[in-house]
Amino acid sequence: MFKESNIRKPLILGHKTYHDITQDIVGPIEGPAPKQWKIAFTIALIVALYGVGCIMYLVGVGIGSWGLNKTVGWAWDITNFVWWVGIGHAGTLISAVLLLFRQRWRMAINRSAEAMTIFAVMMAAVFPVFHMGRVWMAYWTLPLPNQFGSLWPNFNSALMWDVFAISTYFSVSLVFWYIGLIPDFATIRDRITKPKAKKIYGILSFGWSGRAKHWTRFEEVSLVLAGIATPLVFSVHSIVSMDFATSVVPGWHTTIFPPYFVSGAIFSGFAMVQTLLLIMRKTMKLEAYIHLKHIEYMNIVIIVTGSIVGVAYLTELFISDYSGVQYESYAFINRFSGPLAWSYWCMMTCNVISPQLFWFKKLRTNLVFTFVMSIIVNIGMWFERFVIIVTSIHRDYLPAAWGEFKASVIDIGLFIGTIGIFFTLFLLFARFFPVLALNELKTILKVSGESYKNDNKH
Amino acid sequence: MANKVFHVMYDDDQKLLHAAEKLVAQGLRVKEVFSPFPIHGLDPVIGVKRTRLAICSFLYATTGTILSILGTWYFMVSDWDWNIGGKPNFTWIENAPAFVPVMFEFSVFCGAHGMALTYLLRNGTLPGMPATNPDPRTTDDKFVMEITTEDNPQSAQEIESLIRATDVYELSIKDY
Repeated sequence: MFKESNIRKPLILGHKTYHDITQDIVGPIEGPAPKQWKIAFTIALIVALYGVGCIMYLVGVGIGSWGLNKTVGWAWDITNFVWWVGIGHAGTLISAVLLLFRQRWRMAINRSAEAMTIFAVMMAAVFPVFHMGRVWMAYWTLPLPNQFGSLWPNFNSALMWDVFAISTYFSVSLVFWYIGLIPDFATIRDRITKPKAKKIYGILSFGWSGRAKHWTRFEEVSLVLAGIATPLVFSVHSIVSMDFATSVVPGWHTTIFPPYFVSGAIFSGFAMVQTLLLIMRKTMKLEAYIHLKHIEYMNIVIIVTGSIVGVAYLTELFISDYSGVQYESYAFINRFSGPLAWSYWCMMTCNVISPQLFWFKKLRTNLVFTFVMSIIVNIGMWFERFVIIVTSIHRDYLPAAWGEFKASVIDIGLFIGTIGIFFTLFLLFARFFPVLALNELKTILKVSGESYKNDNKH
Repeated sequence: MANKVFHVMYDDDQKLLHAAEKLVAQGLRVKEVFSPFPIHGLDPVIGVKRTRLAICSFLYATTGTILSILGTWYFMVSDWDWNIGGKPNFTWIENAPAFVPVMFEFSVFCGAHGMALTYLLRNGTLPGMPATNPDPRTTDDKFVMEITTEDNPQSAQEIESLIRATDVYELSIKDY
């Protein structure tokens, strides 16, 4: 059997057995819901319902209820879309890219990160779909035979690429996540005693029995899905960035966008994973599985991607001036000194300066500091999208056409509402689904479990 | 004589692996192993062949590429040649770079979903299927090896004595 170096810190702390892992992860599902969960769920549900109300109002009244005007035709809607899609990226990165690199620490966090991905992409989809106004015609984005001539969607358009990219990304992530969940549902099915719950988990587990051949296939499918999900992650946010980069708007028409968006996405995604996991490990008592080492590794990813994002900000600033195009140059001068300069400096502080504090080991292994930082990064990344979108278009070529953007109540309600829906879904996941990939964790117990590592010292 | 099925339970994956190696070396055929997680190194011992799912995935993905080429050609060139900004789509190849994102995404879509469906169908793991593991503990921390008299020339007593010589946790023998 493969032995891990003793210098490496164990990934599973304490003297756990296989049964303990099952008990620690399935136990909370079997018991009654804790009070904290009920309180958190109620708050999330109220916010979610408010969001649903705003969506219904939006559909009834129309896109005019947003703060958009003839100059700023894209604002919070697309900002929120890109923000949510970006958050989604960490999940697939953790489960796919880290699987290919054989990083065992991903096993403690991949399940909840993937759940986060799926819910975040669902929230992202809300914005472009409802931006259509006549939402019941959303299927027009698909190349379906029709009686309009035939009229097909434009495959030369980056927005059309986005339809394919986001739907592929969502459905593949969902399948990847579910295939991993099947054996864990089987574990719950075989343990749980309540007949109704047993039946539901029985259906969810698809009759999984853990046969040798099935496990071989399971590992192959996981590996191949990881292999094809990896380029998918990079392609999706590249395509999202092309929504802007293929336009002729100064500040958007930039070739640096795809790598810059992808690293920004991973940056914000990891921050959201930190936010969620720091709360989850504490409330669900998972400290033995998600401990300081995991938090530190994620913070290192945050420094790397945050620094790439920082370099990208400075590069595009330099290139705008170096290009010699006055419109391009002005777009950036306007960003840092115009009426929306506060958002630019907020973005710079949150995304470029503050993550650099993680170079100090003391800070990146501090849980409270990490939690605060994860929120700051998420705020910063929201502002990044706001800066790129609104500041680039609110002062366009003709000063006579310059405008301002003020978010309406519905703009804000929709954004807050999606956060509510996201947390409602995530809390339901944390309550009824195995939050850690328990069967995968069992495979690393002997390689990286604390008691086994200490026994095997030579 | 009725056929007998032996469900040999071990409390550790390595114990099962060593037992399987030993029993196979003694000429027994292990019909099936039920475990809570994949036991690496077991497949060649009990004669499980490498799966061809990856090849399936490649074929599905190639189908996706071909379909997306045909689709973009039909939608953008053949059925109605779009003229976007004075740049008409007369031939597919001239516009191919713009179709690469969709071709890539659709290939991934077909490759991933095709493989996932094949995986579920081949396993027989579908919504509502009954569980077939002999003991509920096999999805928690126990490992079961299934051996039948039907597969092996030895008598039931011989098989049992061979099994008993390994580090068994529990043994159940049933007629079927």
